[in-house]
Amino acid sequence: MTLHNNALLPILVFSLLIMVSCNNRDSNQIIHGDAAQQAYVPPGEYDEFYAFLSGGYSGQITVYGLPSGRLFKEIPVFSQYPENGYGYSEETKNIFNTSYGFVPWDDSHHIELSQQNGEFDGRWLFVNGNNTPRIARIDLTTFETVEILEIPDVAGLHCSPFITENSEYLVSGTRFSVPIPQKDVPIDTYKENFKGLINYVSLDQEHGHMELAFQIEMPGFNYDLARNGKAVSHGWSFLTTYNSEQAHTLLEVNASQMDKDLMAIVNWKKAEEYLAEGRFTERETSYFHNLMDEGSGIVNSEERTSTKILDPKECPDMVYFIPVPKSPHGCDIDPSGEYIVGNGKLSADMSVYSFSQIMQAIEEENFDGEFDGIPIINYEAGLHGIVQKPGLGPLHTEFDGRGNAYTTFFISSEVVKWDVESKEILDRQPTFYSPGHLVIPGGETRKPNGKYLVAMNKITKDRFLPTGPEMMHSAQLFDISGEKMKLILDFPTKAEPHYAQAIEAEKLMPNSRKFYPIEENTHPYATLGEGNSRVERDGNEVHVYMTAMRSHLAPDNIEGIKVGDKVFFHLTNLEQDWDVPHGFAMQGATNAELLVMPGQTRTLLWEPKKVGVFAFYCTDFCSALHQEMSGYARVSAQGSDVPLKWGLNEELSDNREAANSFYEEAKANAAK
Amino acid sequence: MVDMKKLPSPKILMLLAVLCLAALFFFPLWQIRLDAAQFPGGLQLHIWINKVSGTDKNIIQNINILNHYIGMQAIHPDSIPELKYFPMINYFMVGLGLVFAWLNKSVGFLTWTVLLILLGILGIYDFYLWLYDYGHNLDPKAPIKVEGMTYMPPLLGKKDLLNFKVQSYPHWGGLFLGLATVFGGLSFIKSKSGK
Repeated sequence: MTLHNNALLPILVFSLLIMVSCNNRDSNQIIHGDAAQQAYVPPGEYDEFYAFLSGGYSGQITVYGLPSGRLFKEIPVFSQYPENGYGYSEETKNIFNTSYGFVPWDDSHHIELSQQNGEFDGRWLFVNGNNTPRIARIDLTTFETVEILEIPDVAGLHCSPFITENSEYLVSGTRFSVPIPQKDVPIDTYKENFKGLINYVSLDQEHGHMELAFQIEMPGFNYDLARNGKAVSHGWSFLTTYNSEQAHTLLEVNASQMDKDLMAIVNWKKAEEYLAEGRFTERETSYFHNLMDEGSGIVNSEERTSTKILDPKECPDMVYFIPVPKSPHGCDIDPSGEYIVGNGKLSADMSVYSFSQIMQAIEEENFDGEFDGIPIINYEAGLHGIVQKPGLGPLHTEFDGRGNAYTTFFISSEVVKWDVESKEILDRQPTFYSPGHLVIPGGETRKPNGKYLVAMNKITKDRFLPTGPEMMHSAQLFDISGEKMKLILDFPTKAEPHYAQAIEAEKLMPNSRKFYPIEENTHPYATLGEGNSRVERDGNEVHVYMTAMRSHLAPDNIEGIKVGDKVFFHLTNLEQDWDVPHGFAMQGATNAELLVMPGQTRTLLWEPKKVGVFAFYCTDFCSALHQEMSGYARVSAQGSDVPLKWGLNEELSDNREAANSFYEEAKANAAK
Repeated sequence: MVDMKKLPSPKILMLLAVLCLAALFFFPLWQIRLDAAQFPGGLQLHIWINKVSGTDKNIIQNINILNHYIGMQAIHPDSIPELKYFPMINYFMVGLGLVFAWLNKSVGFLTWTVLLILLGILGIYDFYLWLYDYGHNLDPKAPIKVEGMTYMPPLLGKKDLLNFKVQSYPHWGGLFLGLATVFGGLSFIKSKSGK
């Protein structure tokens, strides 16, 4: 008996091992022979697409190449970035001003590229901040965040930012309903006191500047995701909601009781009419608009104090609801603009709506009651059909422009391809593991480029070499040009990408700037030419007008600084060539470094606390003599009589005429 | 041999020569191209009769920054006197050519052509002197000193200078200058053979 048991144990262990290794092999077997070639971009060659992935809890955006999966850049958006001084430098720190004060972090979720005629035009990129509700704009010539607009009276701006087909508006909705205006009430008065808002931010077509145009007051649900109509459905917005139960605690259970939630349908052209007629109420509030000035790179921050509210009860024919399967996530619209897919993440089926049927139902007033005065369209009347048992936990759908839809299934961990017209399932491929959103280049537009699909997974586990409890997330790249989806690449992604958008490289590459022309620099503390470098004292403020050029900083010796001074290093990079940034780090500075692009001026504040001589240096390896690009600042005791002097390769002087004239000619040329 | 009968009249040939010379105001005379691994596409310096330019407007600053490491002087177009008086000479030659075309005398055509050839030779010699000076007159305090190394770019052809491959060739303007002497010479020959 004992013997028998002992013999059985190794057999059991052995068969378990086989099972495990078989499982591992299963996920490898689906990789086809030529997959490596398809995702391979040879050295020196370019990727076909740029992919912009939201950074989730990092607050940033990452830029990858497709099909290689190579990481090109992390764009700092909602989080301070010591790597280049974003949010630390005097110029950029205002970007984080909000009605709550300086908030140097956020949770970025959804990426939106600007559009014209329902196609990506490659001008701007937008992303939301979920925790402190705001929307950021990134300029795609510089890949820099240039504007952040706060959205007032909402909580958790998850449902954001979704663009209309000519970039007229960015639409967003509140994830958490809250008392509006905020007030001290018991939480269990949710149903009577809590409200939701759908926000329309208009875009200035020339510069992309954002303005909060109006807000629609809605029932207190959780607004989750949205899309705007295109082509036939242009002028309408569609937003999924959950928690139509209006629960305020243990939402996991209490918001998952009803068989269906509601999708909000907004006629924004109608809303514009009401706005023009003045049928809005103006409410006092507080939110911040932070905009970078192009010439100086300085972010100006402005508080706004009023908002225009449209109430659906007083504005008929503006907002409707239609039932949608349990706790939906994405509501996605096919390239024709006719079909709207409701991804009910807790439902076994997916509802596909028809825009023309919805319009007909509205016309015929085929309603099943109302909620807070908002008509609920009869579910069957608006339904094109149901995709039967496609998988478990549908989250998000995009399109390939050939009549097919691709949906991620979180729970069954797969991507499913199906035919929009016939609702027939055509293919399914596993992902590793549990995808949230997926992206096809242009997959939400009128003109998708149905070549690749990236599934962004929420769970990584064993996909890469382990790096302790915290790992990068994993993404899978599929070739979708054929009948069946083909897995061709696995790559790690930074922080937690929620949504991403991808665009043809040729739409962005020609516009990418190489440097900032120095003659366009309008920074008030710019030093245009080394001969203008100097140090000025104004009370306890010391302003260092410093220049950087390979391979020296001017001035590089400074004396006369005193403990208790506020020293502002205004560093102008005089270079006018591609890929020659200069960095600046000051020992004892309690903020970050500066990374200054050619032609740009950036300012670091240093408050010396100790007497002594302190070194500063260039942090970006700029040339063979980069290590020599450094200097000293002498700090004297408070009240000492050491005069203010500065210089470069000469006796220290206190007048600008005597400053070094090295390169003067060349810089004067650049400044011309 | 060129069939003289098929050539246009000496006057027309002279006017063509003048036209070629006028083109010097619109095209660079010479180009110096520097190629190195870190500079995809290379750096191109264009030498005109009245200015120095390049593939982009910051080329001189960028070349000066590179050159200062090895102690070469910065290129300051404003301090190169030739760029001021060469255009004057060119205006004079254009004017003189028009006068000789109007006079339509073979001696005029000959004088003009010989003068242009002499000026051309002097110009190339002057260019050589500048290149020699830039290449040899190095700052003794240069950060990078390579024993026995000078940095004169070639007048014509290719040369390796440290990490750069330097190529020096005539640009359109240089070709037009050559054509001007050819048309000038032909106008003289035609005027002689026509008599």
